[in-house]
Amino acid sequence: MASTVLGRAEGRARVVGAGSGTLLGAGLATTWLSLLVLLPLGAVVWRAGEGGLGRFWEAVSTPEAAAAIRLTVGASALVALVNVVFGTLIAWVLVRDRFFGQRVVEALIDLPFALPTIVAGLVLLALYGPGSPVGLSLAYTRAGVVVALLFVTLPFVVRTVQPVLLELDRDMEDAAASLGAGRLTTFRRIVLPNLLPAISAGTALAFARAMSEFGSTVLISGNLPFRTQVAAVHIFGQIETDNTTGAAAVATVLLIVAVVVLAGLEALQRWAARRA
Amino acid sequence: MRRSSPLALRVVALVYLTFLLVLPVGLVFWRTFQHGAGPVVDALTRPAVLHAFRVTAVVAAWTVALNTVFGVGVALLIVRGRFPGRRALDAAVDLPLAVSPVVVGLALILVYGRFEPIGGWLETHGLQIIFAVPGMVLATVFVSLPLVVREVAPVLAEIGTEQEQAAWTLGAGPVQTFRRITLPAIRWALAYGMVLTLARALGEFGAVAVVSGRLVGRTQTATLVVDQSFQNFDQPTAYAVSVALASVAIVVLVVVNILRSREQSRA
Repeated sequence: MASTVLGRAEGRARVVGAGSGTLLGAGLATTWLSLLVLLPLGAVVWRAGEGGLGRFWEAVSTPEAAAAIRLTVGASALVALVNVVFGTLIAWVLVRDRFFGQRVVEALIDLPFALPTIVAGLVLLALYGPGSPVGLSLAYTRAGVVVALLFVTLPFVVRTVQPVLLELDRDMEDAAASLGAGRLTTFRRIVLPNLLPAISAGTALAFARAMSEFGSTVLISGNLPFRTQVAAVHIFGQIETDNTTGAAAVATVLLIVAVVVLAGLEALQRWAARRA
Repeated sequence: MRRSSPLALRVVALVYLTFLLVLPVGLVFWRTFQHGAGPVVDALTRPAVLHAFRVTAVVAAWTVALNTVFGVGVALLIVRGRFPGRRALDAAVDLPLAVSPVVVGLALILVYGRFEPIGGWLETHGLQIIFAVPGMVLATVFVSLPLVVREVAPVLAEIGTEQEQAAWTLGAGPVQTFRRITLPAIRWALAYGMVLTLARALGEFGAVAVVSGRLVGRTQTATLVVDQSFQNFDQPTAYAVSVALASVAIVVLVVVNILRSREQSRA
């Protein structure tokens, strides 16, 4: 009896180990992932590099492509910076403040994730478009692109900072305050160092999202080459005109940025885990 | 000792959220229903719009089904499995979230397009992927790939294998163990992941815009209708469909909040 029980337990151990079931599952998952993600992304890089590095460079440095990449990097950096300040501020207010309607605000933060990006663009154009009720028309301007990117990236920093702030032991802050540190000093010397890994992680995610954003910028940017066209919209235009090589070249630039940001994030998390 | 945060911070945060989120969304709702619900219903029941909602529903249903199976399977593999390449699989699953939707569309076209070897071969065997529903499903599955995995995996790691091993020693087979022990433990996380996937699938625009060819009455989805009617100065339709999609998003938010509190009360 005991031996059959043990035998079963061993059988189980073999299944969770490299048993035939696990290997079959791993094989299926890898096949699906390859057909869906890896092979297609590989095809993009392949198409971009097909003509050699010279052709690739030519494709990403056409005036239109270069302008789109420059705008995307600049706008994403600005958006990341604004998110550092406002994301942290909103997280702080949600955790440390108490006010009427707080739960609604709390739920509202995720709205940009739930709302389709094209709808995000449309609602922003309603308030900041032609005939704006607040008298501020950002349609077809770079400022409009930045506002659209701010909308879709809002939750990243808030949602990464919030849990850390919630866990933060307040005794240190109280100690600092009792030793005569002002609010600002306490925040700068005690709170901020603890939040830094979370803020950086959220900012990296927001930056990556802004770099790749398409739907929310389509309507508000008006898609003006050299002025308001972001990289993703540029790629879309190249696909429409059957210039898949040009599209693949700019897409490869975006992929490289995404991989670098993901790798940096991974390194950051490992560093933060080691420090903790 | 005063622990409350200064009022100024609250005001700045709320003003920012009001002008970025609340006013724009609220304004579109207000303008849509300005002349009552009649025009909205008219716009939403036009044949092309109804067809677009049907296409969206079909694509979303396939996406949720495929990503649920893949998500639970991969979560089990990366938490419980010991096989070569486990960490690579773990990393590859997150890749889609960092890829621009337009690049997703381009990537699929470059493999499954009519003029590419694989796509051409499939098409001669009667399976058209690009500019058809299968391609739209692939694109939507791609962009929402990690959502179920990332909800289910942490719960699996947390519950451990003791109960499963107990069931196993008592004679339950793998299917029975999964259905009776594992599935109940991960059900809220799974539901949460499925709802997130559904929301993403209903709202996907960029990847679908590239692979669908935007054929009115054939491959047009709800989000594509918003874009097209807006570009054609058909503002009432663009607003009505936007409000319908936004309402679904708000329902999703409420459901997600309920599920999250369920999950927390379970823990």
